[in-house]
Amino acid sequence: MRAMLALLLAVLAFGPAQAESLVVSLSFNRLAVTSTYAGTSVAVFGAIERDAQAAARSGAYDVVVTIRGPRQSLTVREKEALGPVWVNRDQQKFAEVPSFLAVLSSRPLPEIADAATRRRLRLGLAAIVAAPDLTLAAPTPDDPFREALLRLRRRERLFTESEAGVRFLAPAVFRATAPLPATAPVGAYDVEVVLLAGGVPLARHDARFDLVKSGIEQGIATIARDWSLAYGLAAGALALISGWLASVIFRRD
Amino acid sequence: MQIYLPIAEMPVSVLVLIGLGAAVGFISGLFGIGGGFLMTPILIVMGIPPAIAVATQTAPIVASSATSVLAAHRRNALDLRLGLVLVLGGFVGTSLGVWFFAAMRRAGQLDLVITVAYVTLFTVVGGLMLAESVRGFWARRRGRARPARLGGDHAAYMAWPLRMRFPRSRLYASVIPILGLALFVGFAGAVLGIGGGFILVPALLYLMRVPTGVVVGTSQFQILCTSFVALVLHAVQNQAVDIVLAVILIAGGVFGAQFGARAGRNLRSDYFRFLLAILVLAVGLRFAAELVLRPEEPFSIVVQEAR
Repeated sequence: MRAMLALLLAVLAFGPAQAESLVVSLSFNRLAVTSTYAGTSVAVFGAIERDAQAAARSGAYDVVVTIRGPRQSLTVREKEALGPVWVNRDQQKFAEVPSFLAVLSSRPLPEIADAATRRRLRLGLAAIVAAPDLTLAAPTPDDPFREALLRLRRRERLFTESEAGVRFLAPAVFRATAPLPATAPVGAYDVEVVLLAGGVPLARHDARFDLVKSGIEQGIATIARDWSLAYGLAAGALALISGWLASVIFRRD
Repeated sequence: MQIYLPIAEMPVSVLVLIGLGAAVGFISGLFGIGGGFLMTPILIVMGIPPAIAVATQTAPIVASSATSVLAAHRRNALDLRLGLVLVLGGFVGTSLGVWFFAAMRRAGQLDLVITVAYVTLFTVVGGLMLAESVRGFWARRRGRARPARLGGDHAAYMAWPLRMRFPRSRLYASVIPILGLALFVGFAGAVLGIGGGFILVPALLYLMRVPTGVVVGTSQFQILCTSFVALVLHAVQNQAVDIVLAVILIAGGVFGAQFGARAGRNLRSDYFRFLLAILVLAVGLRFAAELVLRPEEPFSIVVQEAR
């Protein structure tokens, strides 16, 4: 029901007859994480194509790029004083939270669209975190758990918002660069580009890229998962051999 | 130099980790303990997920205890019979510990369990050791040497049924308290990612009256076996062993331990026990502060599963 409503809203939002469309390209579609991986950055290039019959627009275009990392289900817990000690008491589960979120826009978000539009289109970290589909609990205006989720993830640089992250190279050509910290997990990343003008959404384009472990890293992770007993025994043998080697090297008699 | 850890899924600085491994190895060599109780919290502070820190930390314990056991064997300072009884109890304790670890991780109270366990264990053991060592200083200042070994007065639990002879340790005692002690140490070791040497050594010394010369080698033998099993079980059940992290820690640890052991021979034994007591107590108090002080950030995020 909720999904159908969202679909309906999306159709209404972008209208059937669009004068503008987006062409988007990413700097990579697949990036291998190797042993020297220490984070990277992804660039989003875009061009706005205008229908020749469409009337000229008076205002400038605005672009919002949202990059969402692999979804995780997580729990936010709150410590409370129980007698003399602080323990986790209240908690709220979040079903599908992006492990990484970067929102890049050409101007500060409040100038691009009003609060209702931002909420509807999930533009900006605040709108994404306040969305009702994030958790089973009903959204309330000042939910401490949602605020904590946003605050903690921002501190870890996993949720970022950059209000000058989209640069127009020409009136209809733009570029956005988002840093991906090394702590951003491997997996599939969705890139959503929304074009607006005068607070009205005009077009939307979705792209994706993958961050994959490769080479030795992939091999080790696969063995640890699929042959866990052999992996454990190998780790033990390795430790025993190192211990024996040390006793031989440093033998004092 | 950064390297990406395949299981922890994060990059770490190799040089910093080798340095830390060497520093902890130095302390562990100095005091003849595993050093896991120092390394595990450091890894957690560095941002490595607690489950992976605890599980991976067992690998350098295996390495350092293997070195000690081989050295003790050459000096004939190893009671294999007592060691095997300890191992038997330790296996049961370790299995229970790994299972308990997985269950608490599912229930979301692992952090609390680890913190509370550190606090109680370390403040109690550290406090007892400190009191003992201060009493030692006091006695020496009054010019009265304390007996090196408290002989004669065997505790009542030594006479329980199932008595067994341990000729190397000059011990004739019931296996029940020995098994119980080993079970507790194995359990604590698996849950906390520590070898348990700092519990086992004083317990064998003061509770079981095992001669000092045999204690370290025998306890290291037990630690070697239980931490090897803990390592394999953590790999199978929790898939939380990061082999790259393990290699880095072992590399730093084995060298640090050798230099620590050399430095330890120049340290007077009563100062040695006093310093160890302070160290253990300090770690315990640090965890206690975490539990009691108002947290700067009351909220925390735990990821259940990635999809």
